[in-house]
Amino acid sequence: MKKRRANWPRLSLRAGALGYLALLIVVPVGSVFYRAFQHGATAAWDAITTTDGLHALVLTLVVAGIAVPLDTVFGVGVALILARHRFPGAWLLDALVDIPLALSPVVVGLALVLVYGHTGWFGNWLAARGITVIFSVPGIVMASAVVALPYVVREVLPVLQEIGTEQEQAARTLGAGRVAVFRRITLPSIQRGLAYGMTLTTARVLGEFGAVAIVSGAILGRTQTLTLFISSSIENLDPVGAYTGSVILALIALAVLGLLALTSPGERRSRWPSRSPGSPSASAPLSPSTA
Amino acid sequence: MTELALRTTPRRTPHRRRTPGERASALVTGGWGPTLAVTYLSLLVILPVAAVVTNAFSGGWHAFWLAVTQPQALAALKLTLVCSVLVAVVNSVAGLAIAWVLVRDDFAGQRLVSAIIDLPFALPTIVAGLTLLTLYGPNGPFRVNVAGTRIGIVLALAFVTLPFCVRTVQPVLAELDKETEEAAASLGASHAGVLRRIVLPSIAPAMLAGAGLAFARAIGEFGSVVLISSNLPFKTEVASSYIYNLSQSNDLPGASAVSVVLIALALVLLLGIGALRRQFNVTEAA
Amino acid sequence: MTLEVPERSLTALLGPSGGGKSTLLRVIAGLETPDTGTVEIDGEDLTGVPVRKRGIGFCFQHYAPFRHLTVRRNVAFGLEVRRLGKAEVRAKVDELLDLVKLTAFADRYPSQLSGGQRQRMALARALAIEPRVLLLDEPFGALDAQVRKQLRGWLRDLHSKINVTTVLVTHDQEEAMEVADRLAIINDGRLEQVGAPAHIYDHPANEFVLQFLGPATELDGAWVRPHDLVLHRGPEAPGGRRATVERVTHLGFEVRVDLRLPAGGDVWVQLHRGSAAELHLAPGDQVWVSPSGTATARVPVPPASPLAVG
Repeated sequence: MKKRRANWPRLSLRAGALGYLALLIVVPVGSVFYRAFQHGATAAWDAITTTDGLHALVLTLVVAGIAVPLDTVFGVGVALILARHRFPGAWLLDALVDIPLALSPVVVGLALVLVYGHTGWFGNWLAARGITVIFSVPGIVMASAVVALPYVVREVLPVLQEIGTEQEQAARTLGAGRVAVFRRITLPSIQRGLAYGMTLTTARVLGEFGAVAIVSGAILGRTQTLTLFISSSIENLDPVGAYTGSVILALIALAVLGLLALTSPGERRSRWPSRSPGSPSASAPLSPSTA
Repeated sequence: MTELALRTTPRRTPHRRRTPGERASALVTGGWGPTLAVTYLSLLVILPVAAVVTNAFSGGWHAFWLAVTQPQALAALKLTLVCSVLVAVVNSVAGLAIAWVLVRDDFAGQRLVSAIIDLPFALPTIVAGLTLLTLYGPNGPFRVNVAGTRIGIVLALAFVTLPFCVRTVQPVLAELDKETEEAAASLGASHAGVLRRIVLPSIAPAMLAGAGLAFARAIGEFGSVVLISSNLPFKTEVASSYIYNLSQSNDLPGASAVSVVLIALALVLLLGIGALRRQFNVTEAA
Repeated sequence: MTLEVPERSLTALLGPSGGGKSTLLRVIAGLETPDTGTVEIDGEDLTGVPVRKRGIGFCFQHYAPFRHLTVRRNVAFGLEVRRLGKAEVRAKVDELLDLVKLTAFADRYPSQLSGGQRQRMALARALAIEPRVLLLDEPFGALDAQVRKQLRGWLRDLHSKINVTTVLVTHDQEEAMEVADRLAIINDGRLEQVGAPAHIYDHPANEFVLQFLGPATELDGAWVRPHDLVLHRGPEAPGGRRATVERVTHLGFEVRVDLRLPAGGDVWVQLHRGSAAELHLAPGDQVWVSPSGTATARVPVPPASPLAVG
């Protein structure tokens, strides 16, 4: 095996690249951990187990518990439709799914307020039925669902296209109905891509800030997610709370990275998701945590 | 006792009752599936975006134009664009360097480095902003303070957009055929020459696409910027902060107007990247 | 076209690639719907019936294995879908695995099997549901020549044991002739001829069938088989034509003699080594060529045929 000679250009490039990474990413993230536990683990624990802190944590998990399954079901459904059927307007459906990736999260929040807020398009209709969306949990769920919409589709669609229909046809010749084919053949085949997409979706939902900030009104103790809690902790000069919350989310992020590495469907995954022909827009799975 | 026969005679469609399972699945994939999907999309994406656009023009073109050309709005937009372009350029270069080191170099911990690159993908942006503020803000150990400066904004944007620039270039670099470079070298090209004539042209489309994605992401970025920039109007207020502030002070049409500008920019960018991809047939996902 | 397949036979749909054979098979299966026409099995019209209710077994060229299931679960699939009891399923699967000699691989995954083993698994899987008709779409197309030959014989044996009506699609005429008891020659969406392999070989209905099923050469305005021609040193045989030897090629057990006719045009003759040795042929020799008395495969050349001598 050829041993690469260490030489100046190579070494300096390596140093430069790694240095950039260290200063930009590694050290800053490390410092958050440091700051969170600077005053001891007890202080950190106390800071997060305040009523507000716990409420934020619970709310965040509840929102994820609703938004992620919604986006997953939608994602698998759309992927199936796009992969297995040809119809006019398929390219449009494909493009529409990607729109959330092009939107700034504050724009998403604003958009939802304009439709579901009390002066919005459906404002009167909702008020008449006593439903509050904006400044309330449903709005947060919707905002989170929107920003994470494309991920499951983007991950499952190429897998469906790649495995082709032969196994499903074989299953049909053996007597399986459509439900049985889906349950026994399709679903197991897309497992990895689905897990990857769901992981991205979850990370995105947990990390959402901008859209949720607008939509929730950030009412303390009622509509604060963990990200909002961090932000308000900083404003209220409670750095430990902010850091502790950040540590929790950072740990989740690391767990997410681990899961992503485990479930990554391909060897060298290109970040150009493959698309149905003729689709106008393109995307990579833009960060799960655009705020 | 089977006899199999095929005939070309007109076919009669037989009447058969469907099982409940068949009916349900036919509903999902046949008529209702697409309808449900479109409904979900409408409620979450189509209607809201339409509402923004409508709201932006609710006072007519004149009001829209006025809102967009407000001094503070213009300042925010200008700042956003300048910072985003800068970040796209810087990270294109950095991304190339990092991708190169990952693909062409060989050292212990390469896989760890690769995982680190994805961290900005997984980390909430508010946390990202906090980490940068912690290190490079007023109480940072390096005695450097970029809080409230444009450099701080660029820093935050660089953090969140770095993965795009690396991950678009990396697979292209990995698939480059070393033999073409060796052929060029055998024909007399120097290292720099090979780089310039062979490698760069091959990865240029990917770099451009990465820069485009980074830019599209940067113009809308909010969470990571909002902490470190201090949102000083006319100085460090980016477009997304401006929109946020307007929405909090209930100037929804104004917020919508600036939003429309951002939406238009992003869509144009993504269309361009799509065309670029098709033109140069960049790698598809595995 | 109208095609009737007798029960319990092994019928091969033979023809060049792209001729529509696979499409036809898939129409029978219900995987594709025809624009016009009907499919009947046992007199029952199945034209609108979905594939899962037709009682057919289908094997694909690339096996379509259920990659996430073991061999055992693959074979059991059709039975599990029909919700048979566990013990019953297990018994049937064991029986089938024994039939295809894959018992030792029961708990492996398809990716751990060779191509030939995968196809045997696919066959067992299809047979598990006791189909009325077994449809095989170029089942050996993706395999090495050696494995292909082995599996041909194996399929023949299997068919004589199981005796289910089988329709096989292939473009390999050697395979079709060896395995099938009935051939249907299909070209470009047309049914050219149907019959027993030996019969079609000796009595081709037209130029295409003759040329597709075996070697062909043109003599006296008709296509004939090169091995149906005999060579003489002198003008003894009736109907003999004078020709000059161009080239003599020894191909192991057979010898190919390329001849040129005085009026132009080429003919080639296939002899076996014994006959060739007796004649002591060399390029430039004058010989007489005529059809042998037992030759039956003979198709007149259509006027202005663009086909070159085969």
